[in-house]
Amino acid sequence: MAMLEVENINVYYGSIHAIKGVGFHVNEGEIISLIGANGAGKTTILQTISGLLRSKTGSVKFMGQDISHVPAHKIVGLGLAQVPEGRRVFLQMSVAENLELGAYTQGKAGMEDTLTMIYDRFPRLKERRKQMAGTLSGGEQQMLAMGRAMMSHPKMLMLDEPSMGLAPILVEEIFDLIKMLNEGGTTILLVEQNAQMALSIADRGYVLETGSIVTSAAAKDLLNDDSVRKAYLGG
Amino acid sequence: MLFLSYLISGISLGSIYAIIALGYTMVYGIAKMLNFAHGDVIMVGGYICFFACSYYGLHPLVGIVMAMVVCTVLGILIDRFAYKPLRQAPALAVLITAIGMSYFLQNSAQLLWGSGSRVFSSVIGKGSFSFFDGQLTINYLTVVTIVVCIVIMVGLVWFINQTKRGKAMRACSEDKGAAQLMGINVDNTISLTFAIGSALAAIAGVLLCSAYPLLNPTTGMMPGIKAFTAAVFGGIGSIPGALVGGLLLGIIEIFAKAYLSTQFSDAIVFAVLIIVLLVKPTGLLGKKINEKV
Repeated sequence: MAMLEVENINVYYGSIHAIKGVGFHVNEGEIISLIGANGAGKTTILQTISGLLRSKTGSVKFMGQDISHVPAHKIVGLGLAQVPEGRRVFLQMSVAENLELGAYTQGKAGMEDTLTMIYDRFPRLKERRKQMAGTLSGGEQQMLAMGRAMMSHPKMLMLDEPSMGLAPILVEEIFDLIKMLNEGGTTILLVEQNAQMALSIADRGYVLETGSIVTSAAAKDLLNDDSVRKAYLGG
Repeated sequence: MLFLSYLISGISLGSIYAIIALGYTMVYGIAKMLNFAHGDVIMVGGYICFFACSYYGLHPLVGIVMAMVVCTVLGILIDRFAYKPLRQAPALAVLITAIGMSYFLQNSAQLLWGSGSRVFSSVIGKGSFSFFDGQLTINYLTVVTIVVCIVIMVGLVWFINQTKRGKAMRACSEDKGAAQLMGINVDNTISLTFAIGSALAAIAGVLLCSAYPLLNPTTGMMPGIKAFTAAVFGGIGSIPGALVGGLLLGIIEIFAKAYLSTQFSDAIVFAVLIIVLLVKPTGLLGKKINEKV
């Protein structure tokens, strides 16, 4: 059974029809990439799954439960976390406080272990745990955003443009981390403009164009698909 | 010695402004709106305490607690019925609603309790401390007002920085969407903010009426506007800013009354505000954080 099942969602911004009848699914243990140009609707889809936006039709099912009417703040507690576009860490709060808020729905128990794991993986965050998140570099903020999402022990993690604005070496590091999380049992839904990178670690991919899914295939087939290469992979 | 006496009066008045300003600044920080009905909640708090103490002869502490309870509930209801439906509305619509709510509270008070002034008897016993062979006297109310303000500030800073709900509040004030992704219930957090702000308004109302004992349905208006000014003065959205702004405003007002002109004291206060905002548009402690993209 699919872990996440999105069926026929239609999302509007006022009179603008942003997402037009989109449906896709993510199986347990997979890495799925959702690729598409700027403005195709990738972020809108993730926000709809997280409950920040609402679809007029269809449904979003997570582990068999219809979550399309569940309030946004209850979704993370079900095991579905999101690293939002632009990271959106709390700039005026310390690194440690940001991580603590990531575990908002969790009890104190287990928090220490996850925290130790994150600090081991990102020694920079440990060094700067008392600093305001706003003083971190872009790369460090991305690490923090991912660490923050990991604090809720998600079964599935949705990442929105994690490579945006980062130096290539940092992009590598972020993608390594995504692979590591996946190997640890976390299902991944990855939204990226960096299609090459995203497809290189994914099992399957969906291509989004102006609010509709136009292609879906195994990631390696998409990497070799001529039209996809032309449009998203630079020929 | 007279100078010291004025300064202490200023700090005392400023403490009341600061307590009210906290309500403005916290609500602004989280709901990004100016709750102009906040001043009128002060007035309601004053009336509740007045009826409890002067009418039913209850102990002043009981009166204060009753005023806090009523104002807390009132604050939550105001948010629930007047502001919550407008969460997605343009800022101007919310502002006009807030002004409307202010008049609604004033007129309701007039209907319920009449438009005449009531004489509020201070909740703090008369009496004073004497220093320097009686050259400087500070009455108990002044001391209590300043102490209450300090206790509230310390408590609030602790709450905001150390508790889970306090951290959730700061998260909501920065980014509601990201806060929801953490599992924070934004609506509840906003309600909590209104509750705290209104409970503080009740305390401010009782202290204010104890110092200036005439209570009528428009009692809350001027202190409300002054406290709003104090919040902007200190940097709206900043809790330390509310304290600094409130204290400075109180001190400036008393000094202006004492040394310059009683009639013009309010004009002087607002002139200082304008000058500060011209030099530092974010207020004294307000800051603009540059976001990294």
